[in-house]
Amino acid sequence: MRYLPKSPSDRAAMLQEIGVRSVADLFSQIPPTARLQRDLNLPPAKSEAEIVEWFRQRALENGNHYTVCLGAGAYHHYRPVIIDSLISRGEFFTAYTPYQPEISQGTLQAIFEFQTMICELTGMEVANASMYDGSTAATEAVLMARRITGRDGVVVARSVHPEYREVLRAYAKNQGVSIAECGFGQNGRVDPAAIGQAITGATACVLIQSPNFFGTVEDVEAMAEVVHKKGALLVVAVAEAVSLGALRPPVEADIVALEAQAFGVPLGYGGPYAGVVATKEKFVRQMPGRLVGETRDKQGRRGFVLTLATREQHIRREKATSNICTNQALIALMATVFMIVYGKEGLKELARHNLAKTAYAVERFRKAGATVLFEGAPRFNEFVVQTKADPYRINDRLLESHILGGFPVLKKFYPELGAGHFALWCCTELVSREAIDYAAETIRTTA
Amino acid sequence: MAYPNEYKYTKEHEWIKVEGKLGIVGITHHAQEALGDIVFVELPKVGAEIQAGKTFGTVESVKAVSDLYAPASGVVTEVNTELTTAPEKINQDAHQAWMIKVQLKNPADVNALLSAADYEKFLQEEGA
Amino acid sequence: MKTDKIRKATLHVNQNEGLIFEKSSPGKKAYSLPPLDVPEVDAARLLGPQARQDLGHMPEVSEIEIIRHFTRLSTWNYGVDTGMYPLGSCTMKYNPRVNEFVARLPELAEAHPYQPEKLSQGTLRIMQTLSDCLLEICGMDAVTLQPAAGAHGELTGILLVRAWLQSQGNPRKKILIPDSAHGTNPATAAIAGYEIEHLKSNALGMVDLDALRAQLNEDVAALMLTNPNTLGVFEGEINRIAGMLHEKGALLYMDGANMNALVGKTRPGDNGVDVMHLNLHKTFSTPHGGGGPGAGPVLCKKILEPFLPTPVIEIAGDGKFRLNYDRPQSIGRVRAFYGNFGMLVRALAYILANGPDGLRQTTEDAVLGANYLRKRLEGVYDLPYKTPSMHEVVFSDRLQAAKGVKTGDIGKRLIDYGFYAYTVSFPLIVHGAMMIEPTESESKEELDLFVEALRSIAEECEQTPELVTNAPHHTRISRLDEVTAARKPVLRWKPGEQARSAAE
Repeated sequence: MRYLPKSPSDRAAMLQEIGVRSVADLFSQIPPTARLQRDLNLPPAKSEAEIVEWFRQRALENGNHYTVCLGAGAYHHYRPVIIDSLISRGEFFTAYTPYQPEISQGTLQAIFEFQTMICELTGMEVANASMYDGSTAATEAVLMARRITGRDGVVVARSVHPEYREVLRAYAKNQGVSIAECGFGQNGRVDPAAIGQAITGATACVLIQSPNFFGTVEDVEAMAEVVHKKGALLVVAVAEAVSLGALRPPVEADIVALEAQAFGVPLGYGGPYAGVVATKEKFVRQMPGRLVGETRDKQGRRGFVLTLATREQHIRREKATSNICTNQALIALMATVFMIVYGKEGLKELARHNLAKTAYAVERFRKAGATVLFEGAPRFNEFVVQTKADPYRINDRLLESHILGGFPVLKKFYPELGAGHFALWCCTELVSREAIDYAAETIRTTA
Repeated sequence: MAYPNEYKYTKEHEWIKVEGKLGIVGITHHAQEALGDIVFVELPKVGAEIQAGKTFGTVESVKAVSDLYAPASGVVTEVNTELTTAPEKINQDAHQAWMIKVQLKNPADVNALLSAADYEKFLQEEGA
Repeated sequence: MKTDKIRKATLHVNQNEGLIFEKSSPGKKAYSLPPLDVPEVDAARLLGPQARQDLGHMPEVSEIEIIRHFTRLSTWNYGVDTGMYPLGSCTMKYNPRVNEFVARLPELAEAHPYQPEKLSQGTLRIMQTLSDCLLEICGMDAVTLQPAAGAHGELTGILLVRAWLQSQGNPRKKILIPDSAHGTNPATAAIAGYEIEHLKSNALGMVDLDALRAQLNEDVAALMLTNPNTLGVFEGEINRIAGMLHEKGALLYMDGANMNALVGKTRPGDNGVDVMHLNLHKTFSTPHGGGGPGAGPVLCKKILEPFLPTPVIEIAGDGKFRLNYDRPQSIGRVRAFYGNFGMLVRALAYILANGPDGLRQTTEDAVLGANYLRKRLEGVYDLPYKTPSMHEVVFSDRLQAAKGVKTGDIGKRLIDYGFYAYTVSFPLIVHGAMMIEPTESESKEELDLFVEALRSIAEECEQTPELVTNAPHHTRISRLDEVTAARKPVLRWKPGEQARSAAE
């Protein structure tokens, strides 16, 4: 077996040193009744070529080279190739968690740069080294608000990603957290006044997403004013990180829960992605997840180290801010490289390309006879389209030209949209004008 | 280390100095030594009620967290905010670095705690 | 070099590198966007008050600077690719390259989670095949691949327990956790809304059955057991423990972090375990990535199946895979989408490469390696528990402590010898613990170099203890001031700070 670097003579020498006759003797502490008496019923070992072939067959069963007009929490952006060149270095991807800082400065410095850039982009003062994804980051942010305020209620906008809200419900159930949902208005936004009405003296925080599930930008400033006046905290979830290149950062938020996938992380059928919790300095000791801090060694040299570890499970155990141990470090490293490659000007330009493609698509779809919802508020790169025809049928026709059309499952999550056919479309910089024109034409001609 | 005679001590390594109805509370020199460099102290708010034997806060070193146990019951009247920005004061002089001042429910209860001599004997038995 | 006894490592010129922000200068760029094929937009007009003014201090650098930046940073790290990590309970095994290759096949890497099922038959089949393999390896009935890490799996598993008990009318109040457990166990129990009660280990380092009997009552929902435990000892009474729990209507949860000692030899499901999680980034070779991502699938017995997270994969009548969202008793979701799919691909590739013989041999080599180290280091370091070890062994610093040297110091001196440290100060039940797990990935040569290093360090503890207490000496930076880092945390770079180079 080629992953086992011992020859038969090595094993024999080791057994002799230990003083047993065979390796079976080393398993004698497993009582006979507990032992597996047969081989595992698994496919026999494959050679490398066979493994590659097996997965190539699976790849063919999926198909590729689609123009992806699906967003809904996972965004198709161009991934600069140096991301994979760099993160494939063995010293990055086969490294352990940087608990021994002297031999982990590469990982630690990269995380410090990540934390810094997330702060710059979100307007927060501190950011952690990653959570599992946006949905768990939002959930942990709510639990954090609860710890800070000592209150048990949360008001959640229905325009937050449905799966994020499901995760929150699953965690909240067992923690005595009560969830009140608040609907969105005609313009696709949550009304701050409605939120204000929903807040009680037992509300720890309000959770909104911006741009929200429909791609509409919420008015974070107005929301924060209402929320803070009532003594609660504002948590803003951001699922489309590239939007931070064009939109004013949610500086009035108390906690930001970001999904970093749009920053150079492959769509990967849903994971691994990377969540981030970012917040104000005054809340730092209530943050979940790892934090990297700058410090000096005895010779005065600058270095980086995991810090404020007493918040975490390996020290605080049942009183920890979270049970998280393994995070999404390598994915955060992808995002770090992406953010640096694009940088100050590139992120702006990239976001502008997304705005342009989406604005063009909205116009063409309208001309094709579809209704684009939520016109009363700005949007980033997603929009809801109402068509005469069933979006599944439209999408089937689009597939013939290798276009993945908008997310057609809206009605199930949003019955309040009422009667009609709806789909959530996303136009990133990778959607060509040709594809948009073709999609519009398909919408026009599908009965 | 000389443990001040006018203080009383607990087996959880807190000290308390009684001034009339007021109790001043901190942790002992032994405690700060065992903890190592203290990086953070979490103390209750003014007005909080604390109960003898129950935790009233935590003290942290880089790699550990320890609970602080109340030597007596009462209401917190003052909190040493200096310790928020300079927790190292506890390491420098634990017997001067008071943490909270408490309006004692029953000042006489403190008499049942360990004297300085008893505490030092307790430390010896513990193998400190 | 402070010593010429070190054979595995030597000093070498390595590059200094500042923070990327210190290299930034307006006008430098590393990105290229194609020309816009649709009309330009005026972002300020389009977005109004929502438009961003500027991106503050985001860096501006060129591509070669980025390549050099991260290449230099990488050389300051250690990896499994560099050498052995003897970290107990981490199972730092080789991360096979073919796993990386197949995970990057474009149709898999670029699949959108919401693409139609008919375009996802490959990705769904991968998940189903992995599920089947894990069920067989663990002897379980049902599985979810949703959790993103071990701790996430622990939470999912305990939520399953809770849901099942709730369906019986009473979720109960407590979870029993051995005092040797990993910190994620009690943290998880607390998040799941349970109180924690600690269970003492007996003199052999195993679950004390009398203590268990005394503490077991109808308030106990489950026992969270790690097997082998964190001392590397197999809980031989596991069937009896399961029986005791089941008798009181409670369930047995197994933390699968140490599965590397069991695969192919015994199956938790055959021995009374009701629910467990696996760490794919441990036993199943997916890379640690500097802290993650991992994956923590949860496997369970039939009784817990209805409560699994949604959706579950099913095979329809026509043989096609589909996602079933209609699960009324489900605990809901523990994350968006389906799981860390990229890690699932890697784990499956590992299983396919090994087959049943390879997996069994892997387990045998893992246990062989640990026992070899134990034999060769016995007497050099104190062995607090004499019970036989499986895939990991726990020593203590008791003999060296007499000279003022602690386990953490010895771990740091190992770095000078060209190794990473073992797991320091864990499990908590061993004072001054040195927890060592070589895994099957180490050649005899590497193991012998490790023994040599630890023996040499033991000598240094006797003769020149400061060499050990001040280690490491050969790294770019020496021990860092973690006290100030915690008292006055600096968690981001700020402009206007003195641009100090890293090699001052």
